[in-house]
Amino acid sequence: MGTALHAEWTKLRTVAGPYWLVATAAVLTAGLSAATVAAVTCADTGCGLDAPRIALTGVQIGQAVVAVLAVMVVGDEYRTGMIRTTLAAVPSRVAVLAAKGVVVAGATLAAAVPGVLGAWLAGRLIMPGQGFTAAHGYAPLSLTDGPTLRAVAGSVLYLTLVALLSLGLAAAVRDAPTGVGVVLGVLYLAPILAAVVSDPDWERRLRQITPSTAGLSVQHTLDVASLPIGPWPGLGVLALWAAGALLLGGLLLRFRDA
Amino acid sequence: MKGLLRAEFTKFRSVRGWVVGCGVAVVLMLFFAVLAGAGTSDRGGGPRGGGAPPKGPDGTPVVDGFTFVRQPLPADGTLTVRVADLTGTDLPPPRPGDDGAPPAPAEPERPGPAEAEPWAKAGLIVKAGTTPGSPYAAVMVTGDHGVRMQHDFVHDLAGPADARWLRLERKGGTVIGYASADGAAWTRIGTAALATGEVEAGLFVATPPHEEYDQFLGGTSSIGGKVIATGTFEHLTATGTTGDWETEIVGADPSAGRPDVGATRTGDGFTVTGTGDIAPAGGGAGPKLEQTLVGGFAALTVLAVLGVLFVTTEYRRGLVRTTFTATPGRARVLAAKAVVIGAVTFGVGLVASAAALLIGEAVRGGDPYPVAVSTQVRIVVGTAALLAVAAVFAVAIGTILRRGAGAVAAVVLLTTLPYILSVAAVLPAVPAQWVLRLTPAAAFAVQQTVPEWPQVHQAYTPAFGFFPLPPWGGFAVLCAWTAAALAIAAVLLRRRDA
Repeated sequence: MGTALHAEWTKLRTVAGPYWLVATAAVLTAGLSAATVAAVTCADTGCGLDAPRIALTGVQIGQAVVAVLAVMVVGDEYRTGMIRTTLAAVPSRVAVLAAKGVVVAGATLAAAVPGVLGAWLAGRLIMPGQGFTAAHGYAPLSLTDGPTLRAVAGSVLYLTLVALLSLGLAAAVRDAPTGVGVVLGVLYLAPILAAVVSDPDWERRLRQITPSTAGLSVQHTLDVASLPIGPWPGLGVLALWAAGALLLGGLLLRFRDA
Repeated sequence: MKGLLRAEFTKFRSVRGWVVGCGVAVVLMLFFAVLAGAGTSDRGGGPRGGGAPPKGPDGTPVVDGFTFVRQPLPADGTLTVRVADLTGTDLPPPRPGDDGAPPAPAEPERPGPAEAEPWAKAGLIVKAGTTPGSPYAAVMVTGDHGVRMQHDFVHDLAGPADARWLRLERKGGTVIGYASADGAAWTRIGTAALATGEVEAGLFVATPPHEEYDQFLGGTSSIGGKVIATGTFEHLTATGTTGDWETEIVGADPSAGRPDVGATRTGDGFTVTGTGDIAPAGGGAGPKLEQTLVGGFAALTVLAVLGVLFVTTEYRRGLVRTTFTATPGRARVLAAKAVVIGAVTFGVGLVASAAALLIGEAVRGGDPYPVAVSTQVRIVVGTAALLAVAAVFAVAIGTILRRGAGAVAAVVLLTTLPYILSVAAVLPAVPAQWVLRLTPAAAFAVQQTVPEWPQVHQAYTPAFGFFPLPPWGGFAVLCAWTAAALAIAAVLLRRRDA
C-alpha cells in the first residue's frame, strides 16, 4: 500500500494539471463567495439571512473543479494507456483505487482549505459593510462560533467527499469527459429539480437523499431543526454516496479488463 | 463542404456510445418530466390562494373582486363622476412570509387612512354581469399610476395623470373612456368593445393586497397584508340607467366573511370601500408549464459531453491529423462539426422536449398557468434550439481547451450553475437578474411561459420564473457566447499544431 501511495503521489505531482486545478478550485471558491457576499445586503433588523451560508456559496463552483481533478486522476490513465502500467506494477486493483483516493483527498484538501478559508475571510471582511452588523443582529463571522465553524469545516469535508464520489464514478465510467458529465449531473440537477417540484413531501425527500442538497445542509447555521436533513446527517448522506461510488468503481475495476 | 459534412456525420453516427448518448438525453428528459409532473401539486396554492381562478373573456386567468355600486344599463348611456379621494388602509395582522421564509418584521400598524396601493383603483365600470371574469370596460383613478382605462383584464391604457373627473360613454357595442382635470375639458383615453344588451354600470373600488417580495438564500419571501381602499366619489351623474343604486361585492370569498367593505351615499356621490383587484392573475407562484422541461438541464449535460467528445476524441486518437490532411481548411472542419452536432442535437432536442411536454402534462398534479399553443410551440422549439446551440458551444470549448474533462466542466458551469445560483433562489433578485442577462444561462428564457403584466404588482424575479430578457433575447445571449467561442476556436485551430 505504501508503494502504491508513493506511486500515485508521484504521478500526481509530476504533471502540471493538478496544480492548476488545485489553484483554480481555491480561487474560484473564494472568488464566487466574495462576489456573492458583495451582492447580498441585509437591510433591516432580523433580515433572516444565513450569513455563513452566503459566505460559503463559492463551494457551488469549487465542487466542479474538484470533481474534474478527481475524474482526471483516473480518466487520464485510461486516456494514455498508463492504467495498464499501473496495474502491472500494483496488481491489487483495490489498493490502486485506495491509493488514488488518499492522494485525491489530499489534493482536494490542499484546494478546499485555502478556498473555504478565503470564502470565510471574504465574508468576515465584506459582510459588515453590507449591513450584517451588530445592530442587525450579526457578529462578524468567527471560527470560534460553533455553527460557523461547523459550516466552514463541513464545507471542506463536503469538497473532499465530492472528490471521492467523483473518483468512484470515474473509475466506473473510465472516460474523463463522460465522468465529469455524470458527476456534474449528479451534483447540479438535484437542486434544480427540487426547486421545480412543488409537492412539499417530494421536495423534502429529494433534498434528503440527493448528494449535493443533503451535503450542503452542513452550511446552514440558522433554524437547523427545520431543515429537511440536519447538517451532519446531510454530510453523512453525501459520504454514503461517495462510499457507494467508490464501491461501484472498485468492483468494476476489479472485475473488468483495463 | 458536402463531403465534409458527410464525413463528420459518419464519424458521429458510427460511434455507438454517442448514439446511445442521444438516447440517454431523451430518456433523461422524459424521466425528469415525469418526476416534475408527479411532484407538482397545487397544495399551498398561489399568493391569492384557493381554487382555480376565474377566466377572463380570452381565457387568461384573472382576479375579479371589487365593490360595485351599480344600476342596470339596458342600452346606450353615460356615467360621469369626480373621484375626490382614494386612500388605503392596512388590515392588521400582516400576512406572515411564505415557505420557510424568515419571519417578517412586524409592520407598524397603520390605522386610518394611508397612501393607496400603487394599483388601487377607483372609478367607473360597465360590466356584462357580476360573475367574476365577465367582460367589462372601466376608467379609473389609481394609487400611483394616474388615470387608466382598462378592459377585459389584459388591456390597459394610460390617461392623463392628474385628472380626477372620469366619464364612460356606451354607444352600441363600444364603450369610450374620458378623463378630465376640471370636468369641462375632456380627453378621450380609448375605446373598448362590449356586447350590446343589458349590462351593469356604476362605481367600483378595488385594491390588491400590500405585498413586498424578495428572494433569499434558499427561498423566497413575501411580506404584506390585505388592504382596504376607500374611494370618495362626488358629482355622480348617470344617463340611460334604470332602477336604484345597489351595492354588490363582486367575487367575494364566502369563507372569508369580511363584510367590512361597502358603500354609503354622501350627497351627490358615494363613499365606497373595497378590496380585491380587476386584473390578470399573476401566475408567478403556481405551477408552470415549463417545469415539464426541467429535464433540459440533464439533456444539456449529456449533449455537452457529446459535443466535447466529438472534438477531443479526434485529438485523443490522432484522427485529427487524418482529418486535417484530408481537409486542410481547418475552419471548415470546425464549421462542419458545428453543423453536424447542431443538426443532430436539434432533432434529438425537438423529440425529447415535445415528448417531455406531453408526458409532463399527462402526469402532472394541479393546473399550471394556461399557455397558448403558440407559446407551447415556442418553448419546445426553443428548448431544442437551446440544446443544439449549447452542443455547438461545447464543440467550440472542446476545440479551445482540447481536454475533454475541463471542457465539459466549463460548459456545464457556464450554462447550469448561473441558473442554480439565480433561480434556485441563492442570489437576491437584482444580482440574479444580472447573472441571467450576461451568462449563457440567459437562454433558458425561451422556456418562460408566464407573461409579465405591467398592471399587476408581483415579484417579477427569477425565483418566480421571470427572466430579465425576452425569450429570444435570452437565447441570443447564448448564441453570442457560442459565436465568440467558435471564433476563438477557429483562430486557435489554425495557429496551433494538431
